[in-house]
Amino acid sequence: MGATNHHTLSALVENRPGVLSRVAGLFTRRGFNIDSLAVGPTERADRSVITIRVDCTRHSVEQVVKQLYKLVDVIDVYEVAPDAAIERELLLIKVQVDAERRSEVMKLAELFDARVADVGQTTLLLECVEHPDRLASFEELLTPYGILEAIRTGRVAMLRASAPEGESTSRLRVLG
Amino acid sequence: MSTQTDSALAKARARTGRMNGAEAIIRSLEAEGVDICWGIPGGAILPLYDAFMACDHTVQHVLVRHEQGAGHMAQGYARATGKVGVCIATSGPGATNLVTPIADAFLDSTPLVAITGQVPTHLIGTDAFQEADITGIVMPIVKHSFLVQTVEDIPKAMKAAFHIALSGRPGPVLVDVPKDLQLTEFDFAWPDEIDLPGYDTDWISGVDRDAIDAAADLIARARKPVLYVGGGVINAEATDELILLAEALQAPVTTTLLAKGAFPDSHPLSVQMPGMHGSKYANWTMHRSDLLITIGARFDDRVTGKLDAFAPSAKIIHFDIDPAEISKNRHADVSLIGHLNETLPALRDAVLANRNDERIRHQIDWLNDVQGWRREHPFRYRRGGDTLKPEYVMEAFDKALRGKDAIWVTGVGQHQMWAAQYLTIDRPRRWITSGGLGTMGFGVPAAIGAQQACPDAYVVNIDGDGCFQMTMQELATARCYDVPAIHAVINNGWLGMVRQWQELFHGERYSETDLFGTIPDYVMLAESYGCLALRAETEAEADAVIAEAIAARRPTVIDFRVDREEKVYPMVPAGSASHEMLDETWENEWVEEGV
Ligand SMILES: Cc1ncc(C[n+]2csc(CCOP(=O)(O)OP(=O)(O)O)c2C)c(N)n1
Repeated sequence: MGATNHHTLSALVENRPGVLSRVAGLFTRRGFNIDSLAVGPTERADRSVITIRVDCTRHSVEQVVKQLYKLVDVIDVYEVAPDAAIERELLLIKVQVDAERRSEVMKLAELFDARVADVGQTTLLLECVEHPDRLASFEELLTPYGILEAIRTGRVAMLRASAPEGESTSRLRVLG
Repeated sequence: MSTQTDSALAKARARTGRMNGAEAIIRSLEAEGVDICWGIPGGAILPLYDAFMACDHTVQHVLVRHEQGAGHMAQGYARATGKVGVCIATSGPGATNLVTPIADAFLDSTPLVAITGQVPTHLIGTDAFQEADITGIVMPIVKHSFLVQTVEDIPKAMKAAFHIALSGRPGPVLVDVPKDLQLTEFDFAWPDEIDLPGYDTDWISGVDRDAIDAAADLIARARKPVLYVGGGVINAEATDELILLAEALQAPVTTTLLAKGAFPDSHPLSVQMPGMHGSKYANWTMHRSDLLITIGARFDDRVTGKLDAFAPSAKIIHFDIDPAEISKNRHADVSLIGHLNETLPALRDAVLANRNDERIRHQIDWLNDVQGWRREHPFRYRRGGDTLKPEYVMEAFDKALRGKDAIWVTGVGQHQMWAAQYLTIDRPRRWITSGGLGTMGFGVPAAIGAQQACPDAYVVNIDGDGCFQMTMQELATARCYDVPAIHAVINNGWLGMVRQWQELFHGERYSETDLFGTIPDYVMLAESYGCLALRAETEAEADAVIAEAIAARRPTVIDFRVDREEKVYPMVPAGSASHEMLDETWENEWVEEGV
């Protein structure tokens, strides 16, 4: 039913044992492949946010949002509309660099607001918090130098401070 | 919405005080108004069983022979009453034996609370003796589950479990209680409130006027409407509202396997069951319809057949309580989430306000078409020669219990379909079958639970010989508690439904489906359990044993030796369009009328 696209879902959940398995299990059971998943605490100790990125059709994402709402530990779910939200991800990347190319790489890092987290004889470990698309470009530009290792955390997203109240919170009761 | 009665609540409050976790479970059951539960003890749940004996309480416990039986008995009770069914098991194998009834309750939206013992808290995660991660195992088949962490959480978890099981779209909830917490003393108090910020059902109440207007508008323009009714009507107790709506619309009504009884089978507007073994007239009505008014149904593949070809020219109105069913399988043009006993009257009012003579004229033509199909293509079978036809047994039972308060329960297979086709069910909660999961073995225990819920009713379990052998050990439970349900074994000596597919679609290769039919000897077997044991091989014998069984009012097994080769028709082969029905008995060819 229609073309697939990337969708980012943000679920506010109760911070209870098993909640992550319930949410992740629901995606597996309904046949969704999770691209990235980030879970972490919020301003309240009893709440967590799970940010999930999936590649699926619009029809499927509506179904999965409704199914997520049915989980008792899930308090709220919304699909993050890219233009209404700030999306960030942390990249840790270890690059092969000899002495003469080090400054080149450092310049590149500066351009992307990346920090040097650690320096070795012939390696450089960089950290960068950015929009995932920017991280992809950064990685691409570093590729010629030789990437030894790269890890990302999975994206987190938050509605813009300037977004009007209620924007992009596709509440289920509205869908229903 | 909770089952607790004021007096039970008062009693539970009065019991507030120092007690251990095990007693707290019993006080919680009392507070929820539970009068009966089913289970088997074991190490990790021993403290609860000790409390059953040690303290004074109002909850009857029924000892079963296999935990699957406990689960299905609780389901039979729940489906006969609308109340939550409760089953209990020990950790590990006891808990895993509950998996099938839990899955069954999940797919058929049955309110069920399963209480399991767990190994002591300090042993969890160590692969301790009889440890199974039961909350993990049942995760995709429960509405919710609790692994209780502290003794103080027991009353909270119990109250939440009953609330979740029964409210909204009902379903199973599991409460897993480590043994050490059952033994820990604390000050019990029944909580006043439920703290579930992620579970809100209040918003379901009320009626969205815009959706009602949009639905009424589609109805006003429809020429061939049909009410497609599912089990949601039974859970919502909305039968009266449905009858009024159907009569206001003068539209035919088709009831799915789960909805049998939600609308009277003998009502002139009923076209009975649609789908794989439904009536030709129900399937043709759906196929030709220009508007499906879908009520508490979910476009299951056994109803729709090939989805793309299902009701191809129909617009869809969908009323349900679960938003996740809307546009899941078939796009809804108008949808409304709500309690059916609120939304159906609202729709009826809108329909009556919109009365339109032209529509009524068209509707008369439509009803005439439907009645014509119904007259010319009823459910029928060739009467038997020397053999006893299973369909005859259904008709004979139906006749014998007409006008009495009968509850019909079934196994899964051919006999289930014949029962659905030939029994007349005119009231909700009087037809109890495993639809979504299709669980062989459901019949015997579900019938026992339904009979314990309704001691005065005539409960008949129409079972297959294959199904019966999966849970027949519960005859011991029936005998020990004198539960007089009749177990009618439709003995064709085959795993009949599978054999039918093998005959029709697998070149008559009957791979591993022959049950022989004389092993066991069902009469000797039933006698050994102390049941009344009867056998019939002819129509006359069938009439006689049915009369004898109904009069006996004691646990009864009847071995009906039926035609071994009888098949269920009509049939929509899996993956075919639902109006293309096979009926070898009559046409020996594809029937494609009504297209
Ligand atoms: C637990 C379980 N195992 C297997 C099946 C597959 N199955 C569906 S119907 C059927 C045959 C049932 O045989 P029987 O109880 O004799 O009934 P009949 O079809 O002959 O009336 C089987 C094996 C099932 N539905 N449930």
